[in-house]
This record gives sequence, C-alpha cells and structure tokens, in this order.
Amino acid sequence: MSAPTIARPKPTKSTKSTASLRHRLAERGIDTSLLMLVPALFFALALFVYPFSYGIGLTFQPTSAIQQQWGAGVFSNYAAFFKDPFVFDSIWLTMRLALPAALFNVVASIPVAFKLRQRFRGKKFLTTLLVLPITLGTVLTAQGLLIFAGRQGWLNRFLLQIGVIHQPLALVNNTLGVMFSLIISGFPFAFLLISSYLSGIDPSIEAAAKTMGADWKQRFRRVILPLLAPGLATTFILTFVLAFSVFPSARLVGDAMGSTRVMALMAYRAFGEQTDYGMASTIAIMMGAVELVVIAIVLLWRSSMYKGSTGGKG
Amino acid sequence: MTIAASKFESLELQGVGRSFGGIDALVDLNLTVRAGEFIALLGPSGCGKSTALNCLAGLLPLTHGQILIDGKRVDTVAAENRGFGMVFQNYALFPHLTVEKNIAFGLQMRKVPKPELKSRVAEAIALVKLEQHAKKLPGQLSGGQQQRVAIARAVVMEPRLVLMDEPLSNLDAKLRLEMRTEIRRLHQSLGLTTLYVTHDQEEALSMADRLVVLRDGRVQQIGTPEQLHNSPVNWHVADFMGYRNLIDLDVTAVHGSTVTVEDRGFILRGTAVQPVTVGAKVRAAIRPEDLVVVSSAVPVQGGNTTTATVSVVEYHGREFAVGVTTPGGRGLHVRSDHAPAVGSVVELTADPARVLVFPADPIDPSTLSIEERELAEVRR
Amino acid sequence: MAMQTASSGVPDVDAPQPPARVKKKAAAQAPGERSLVASPTTWVVWAGIAAFFIFLIGILISVVVDSFGKSWFSTWLPESFTKSWYTGAWGTFDLTHIIGVTLTVAVAVIIISVVVGVPAAYLLARRNFPLKKTVTLLFLLPVLMPPITYGIPLATVMYNVGLGRTLTAVILVNLVPSVPFVIMTMTPFIEQINPAIENAARMSGASMRKVFTKILMPLLIPGILAASILVLVRTVGMFDLTFLVSGPKSDTLVVAIYRAMTAAGGGEARQLISSMAVIYTVTMMIILIVALRFVSPTQLVARVKESRED
Repeated sequence: MSAPTIARPKPTKSTKSTASLRHRLAERGIDTSLLMLVPALFFALALFVYPFSYGIGLTFQPTSAIQQQWGAGVFSNYAAFFKDPFVFDSIWLTMRLALPAALFNVVASIPVAFKLRQRFRGKKFLTTLLVLPITLGTVLTAQGLLIFAGRQGWLNRFLLQIGVIHQPLALVNNTLGVMFSLIISGFPFAFLLISSYLSGIDPSIEAAAKTMGADWKQRFRRVILPLLAPGLATTFILTFVLAFSVFPSARLVGDAMGSTRVMALMAYRAFGEQTDYGMASTIAIMMGAVELVVIAIVLLWRSSMYKGSTGGKG
Repeated sequence: MTIAASKFESLELQGVGRSFGGIDALVDLNLTVRAGEFIALLGPSGCGKSTALNCLAGLLPLTHGQILIDGKRVDTVAAENRGFGMVFQNYALFPHLTVEKNIAFGLQMRKVPKPELKSRVAEAIALVKLEQHAKKLPGQLSGGQQQRVAIARAVVMEPRLVLMDEPLSNLDAKLRLEMRTEIRRLHQSLGLTTLYVTHDQEEALSMADRLVVLRDGRVQQIGTPEQLHNSPVNWHVADFMGYRNLIDLDVTAVHGSTVTVEDRGFILRGTAVQPVTVGAKVRAAIRPEDLVVVSSAVPVQGGNTTTATVSVVEYHGREFAVGVTTPGGRGLHVRSDHAPAVGSVVELTADPARVLVFPADPIDPSTLSIEERELAEVRR
Repeated sequence: MAMQTASSGVPDVDAPQPPARVKKKAAAQAPGERSLVASPTTWVVWAGIAAFFIFLIGILISVVVDSFGKSWFSTWLPESFTKSWYTGAWGTFDLTHIIGVTLTVAVAVIIISVVVGVPAAYLLARRNFPLKKTVTLLFLLPVLMPPITYGIPLATVMYNVGLGRTLTAVILVNLVPSVPFVIMTMTPFIEQINPAIENAARMSGASMRKVFTKILMPLLIPGILAASILVLVRTVGMFDLTFLVSGPKSDTLVVAIYRAMTAAGGGEARQLISSMAVIYTVTMMIILIVALRFVSPTQLVARVKESRED
C-alpha cells in the first residue's frame, strides 16, 4: 500500500481570537467575580496604604522645635532619629531582645516538636497546655511575672530556701523579664508552626533513609533538616516580627527608660506624650525598615534552599 | 554486571506475627526463603502483607516469632543496620536530592570511598536507563522514572534482600506491564533475593518463583504460581486467584474425588478438593476460561454440560466474554468463540478437573475487607 | 448489605471465637528506636518543657492568689483573703462596660473581616488575574509589620478626622491585621477543596451565587470558624493598636489593665490589677470554650496520618 500523500497545512500566523471582549478578558482572569475582591482592596487601601503614605509624608514635616535643634530642614526628623542616642540606641536594644528570643523560640521548638510527634497518652492534653499561653496575652503574663518572679515572689523564695542562691535574683524590671515574656508568648506559636511543618514531611521518606542505613543523627542532618529549613525560616520571620514589636511588656516587666527602651516605646512616647506625630511616624517607619532588612536577609538565605513539595499530602 | 547480591543461604520467618491494639495484623507466618528467590506476598487490602514486609524491614516491631538469616536473629536489629534494600509504594525519594544523590545516599551511609561510590552509582543509573536524568530532582521526573530511581537506590547497595511494597500500583496500566518485565529482568540478571508485596494476582503470578497468599493476617497458601493457579486450597484463595465463578451448590453424588453438584437445575461434575458427602453444601470455583459455551468448534468436555441464559456479551479480540445467568439466578462469567444472542439459552461445559469444589464455610461479614464487601455487593 | 451467609436454617450459632487475645503488649517502637524515656536529649526536652510549665503555672497561680489576698508582700501566702479587690475593680473601672466594649469590638471585627476576607480569599485561591502578585503582597504586608509601624500613622489619621478615642476607631484599627489574617488562613483552605466540585454544581445548573451559598459555604464553615477563633483571640488580646486610639469609654480589657498598671503615681494597687487580670483570663476562657464548641482544636493544626499496617 503506497503511503497516501498528506497535504501539508500552510503554516498560519497565530489567529486572532474572534471571541467577544468579555470572553477575552475572562481568559486573562478579569470578570465580574473580581468584584469580590473590592471590599478587601478598599479596606487595604483606606486603612493601610493611605495612612502609611500619609505617615511617610508626616515624617518630612518636622516641628519647628526639631528643626531648630537638628537643623536639617525637611529631614530633621530623620536627623533627630539617627543622632539622638536616646532614640537611636533603641534599635540595638530592641534587636538585642528580639533576635535571641526568636532564635531561641525556633530552635527550642524543634526537639519538642520531634518528641511530640509520636503518639502517647496525654499528648492532646500536653499540646493544649503548650498552646495555652497564646490565650493569656502579654498584659496578664506581665502581671504574673512581676508577682511570681519578683524579688518577693515564689520563684526567688524557693531558690533562696533550697540554698541555690543567697540574694534574690533580679528577674523582672529588666531585659531578663522582657525576655521571659517574649519566650512565654512566642514559644507556643513557634511550636505550633514547626509541628505543622514537621508533619508535612512524608514519613516514608524517613523510613527510606532508615532502610538505607542512616541512624537518627544522619536522618536528621541529611534528610529532615533540609526539608524543614524553609519552614524554619518562615517561622523565624514570623516569630521575629512578634518579638520585635514588643511594647507593653517592655514597659511592664522591663526597664522602660533604660535597658528595654524598645522602638515601640519610643514611637509611643513621641505620639502620646510629646504629641509629635511627625517624629512618632518617623520612629515607627524606621522600625518597619529595620525589621524588613532582617526579613530580607532571612528570605535571601531561604531562597537558596529546596522549597518544593515534601510529599506531605501524597 | 558488577552489582551482585550479598550472599546468604536462607532467610527464615518463624511464627512471625504482629498484634496491635487488639487487632491481629499478622498471625503465624512461617516461610523459608532461599537465596535468589522472588517471593510475592499477595492478598486483598488489610490482609497483612504490608505489615509483614515492614516487620521484615524493621520498620515495625514483631510481637511474636523471629526472623533468622543463616541462623542468626535479625528481628532485634535496627532497620538501619539490616542491610536490606526497600522500594516504597510512593517511591519515597528524597525530594531535595538529585537522582544521583538519592542513589548515592545509602552508599554514603556505609562510608563507601568516593571513587567506588561514583562508579557504583553510575552503574545503577545505567541499569535503570536513567543516564539522561541523573542530575534532575525527583519533582522533575515522571512516575515511572521516579520508580526506577527508587529501584536503583535499593539495589545499588547490593543488599542481602530487596523488599518491594506495591511499587507498581501508582503507575498507569501500560507502564505497569513494562516495569513488571523490567523488574523481572533485573531480578534474573542480579539474582537478588526479593520479597514483593502486591494485590494484583496477575502481577504476582508472572513475576514470582513462589507466592504467599494472605488473608486477614493469616497465610492461606504458599506455593509456586502453577500450584496457586491450578490448585488453590480454599475458595478464598481461588477467588483471589481469578476463579471468578463461585457458586453455592449442593452435592448430589460422590464418586471418589469426582462429585456432582447442583443448584436448582444447574448441574456440573467437578473435583472435590476435600472429601465431601452427599447433601453437603459446597462452593464450586471455576475460572472463566475453563467454563465455555459449547459450539461446533468446542465440544462437551468430560460429559459435563449444563445450561444458562445469556445476559451480557463482551468482545475480547479472539474470543467473547459472556455473562450468563443460571436457572437459579446466579451470574457466571464464561467464554465463547462466537457471540450468542442476549437472552438465548446456551449450553456450557467444563473439564471436571477444572471445576474445583470446596466446602462452603459461612462468611463472617466482619472479617471481609472493604474490597471484598464491595465485590459481594456488586455480584449480587 | 446482603451477605452470602450459610443457610438460615441453622439457628444462631455463636460468632466464631475471636483468636485468643494476645497477652503480650505490643511493642511501641520498631527495633532499635529509642523509646520515649531513654536518651539524654529526651531528658533535656522534658526538663525544658517542665520548666516552661512551672513558669506558666506559677504565673497564673500567683496572679490568682494575689487577687484574693488582703495584703501580700513578704510572706509565702497573703495574710488573709478577701473578695473586695474584685468588687472594687468592677466598680471603679466599670468592668461591665469594658467587657461589653471588648466583646463588641471582637464580634464586629470578626464579622467584618470574614465578610470582606472570604470572598477575597476565594479569588486568590481559584483565579489568576493581572496584578495578582501585587495584591497578594498588599494583603500580606500588615501581618509582616509591627502593628506600631502602621498603627501610629493610622492613629494619626483617626485623630485628624475626629475619630480619636471612639469605638469606631478601635474597630477600624483592629481590622487592619485581621482581614489579611482571614485571607491568609482561608486561601489555602479553599485551595484544598477540589475545584471539580464547583464544576459539578454548575453542570447541575447552579449559578455562581448558588454554588457559593449551597456548596462552598457549608464546606468553608469549619475553616471560617477556625479563623474566627484566631481573630477573636488576637483582637481580645491586641494591645498595641487599640491603645493608640482608644479612650476611657472605648478601652478594651487589656488596655484598661495596662492603664491601671501604669497610672501616674505608681499605678493602682497590685492586688486590684491582679483581680482585673483574673477577670480578663476568665473572660477569655469563657469565650474560647464557647467558641470551641463549634470547632475542634485539631483543625487549627491539621495533620497527616501515618499507617504502615495493611
């Protein structure tokens, strides 16, 4: 049977769609259902974008007092921010609290999340307890810390009683107090997130590593950690944001004018006490900027990692 | 081929069992495996086959019995030290490592020196024909390719034993057939002792040297493909091995091992697997290919004939698969060399030696697996 | 389902005896796996968890005891107990009003952020449209920033338009983090609902609106409830934003406690504050218990089942 001749179709230019405008728009994702997005967009714009831009504008309108003191014209607010040590040091002071707290929360959550993977009696109860502090809130934690860990509190009394120390420890009204508060409120959050990421790793991958001769250290280092790392980075970022924003605790269990003079407190001082909205916005925005730098660094590091599927849902 | 099996003489499972939370997942498995054998563990879901495999791998603990290799106990050794290769149902490839690194992993755990490692990995990749994909990540591979990586990863370590847990069940039908041949070829050329779990009896029959049929945690039969195909020991095994026609009948006559069974006008002569008496309730099992429609080209066999009404006709290339209904209302699957008219009455015949008659034990609904229950519903 | 049981002529025979119950307890770990109480790291982890709880429980109980103590300074326990702090606090601070405000704010924020956020989440989950990435980023930003950063400019605007120290302002500022939060939790939730379900509904003749109300909403309820609880906890506990714009009439409970703690002259009596703190915790507990009747906590942390038994 001879091969039939095939008429080759003439190569055509890509034909223009003859569908109606409505359909062509729909192909690109634009149709009336987009209206569902409008309320959220409206809120985002009215309550976030606009005030934020307004705030930025405010930073360029320093009060005459500031202008006179720092003499940089329109940039006086920023000049004041960078040159006044009382204010500028708050960056370092806040970082000194937030970074260690966030690191601790993330790193400490890993072994706990691991141990709580297995089923055992009372697991649900324990998990609920670990998550409890999220509901307590910073103010209650602060009050509790003041009483429990104060010089007259049970903790010090107990340690004195059993002779471990001879003078009551100064655990509150300083950096340590704020650190406790950050850990109590931050750890459960980090733990929840990391547990969730951990359980998203397909268990048969670990089983495979086992059958290939890897003991638990090797499994952790070579298989689990690389797969967990992106989740750890995300958890760190979120925990860091929480810790960096510390505000009431710094005042209640910290040393507000001294070693725990965090940026949030400085911003509020300008806003509420000095009613200098320009300066307040300046500090607030610088706070956001510093934080963004840290987040950017972590995200850069994260982007060099494997972020694909870890097989969790099959 | 320099990938060779680490040698051992025999692998023994003695009274192996696992009970957990009041459920007996596996009971009293006794099996001796010779080096180089390909053993299939076969059965419906829930029968304990995966449990058995995972116990053998060390991923699950035994609650009874022991496992011995050349007389030394293996069941107390941790999974990472047993030196078995395992292929998982969903491949379980390390998603963050390339194909090469996935395969190299086990060798790195053994601290194999770099040059040797590289050459062994290259060999394994060539073995499964994945040279072009060596540097890709698993996420960039198709299902079949991932599965080949999983196999390479298991055999590169030259394990004493290769365990496979339904490796083909996630592949589409054509690929499954190809991979079946591939695995068989690999087994024949490497000589690795293999334990293979599947629920597909065709797969098991075509690949294994011996099969172990499990049901409800218990061994039903161990034997060669021939033995299981032709001589199942009970009707569960027969049902699972493709004896699609299972009919409840009464014994009307007994002549030695040949019996005559009947159900409301449907009469056949068959072979009793165990002695039965007249009047006993039995279950006959016949493979569809053994129950044929009589025609000019197909004569009556062994004086065995009965009639039924045609209900469905399917074209199968060289022959027809016909569904008939017995006078008693039972549906049967038979073969025919022509297409009879739906609704017509046809004469059926079967070699009495291929009509297996088993005692009918009552079915306890609570022991049926989900598949079995559904099958029963559809067959009504 | 009809089973092919043995002929029914035989009277009910006892079910076949279950295999003799295994006396040995099933081993919980695979051979070689370290048990839950074996290794040193396990001890460290348990010690850490224990220390955490000692602090937590210590804090809670200290506050409770303090709130009932007549005066308590240098002894293990207060010298005598009284309920007067509670009645004092309730009256002085008009706690009924404050709790009312707190609940109003919380409910309003939940309702608005769900109504606004869920449709947006649906679009983000299902559709691709121009500028989708920008929009997603826009919704994500408030969660990534300290509340103070956008709170202070926002509060400035509120004061400028005369909304300073009003209930409306408190509700509005709390919406800024809540709407993105609802969107962020609902989007993955919607993504994991098989889109084919909506297509099946449309093939059966349902309009977009019907699909939403009859098919999607029922499926979304668990997610919405879970998200609502989280928004609830955040809003009731939210200090920074509320503090910036609230006044005596519109303080929520946390803000009221803070003001009491930092009032000029060293703040109110410590025991008074403790009683307020206990009232706050009890209120929060009650709210949570009521809310959790509708949602199971495990939905807040979903999970993969592992099974090697077959």
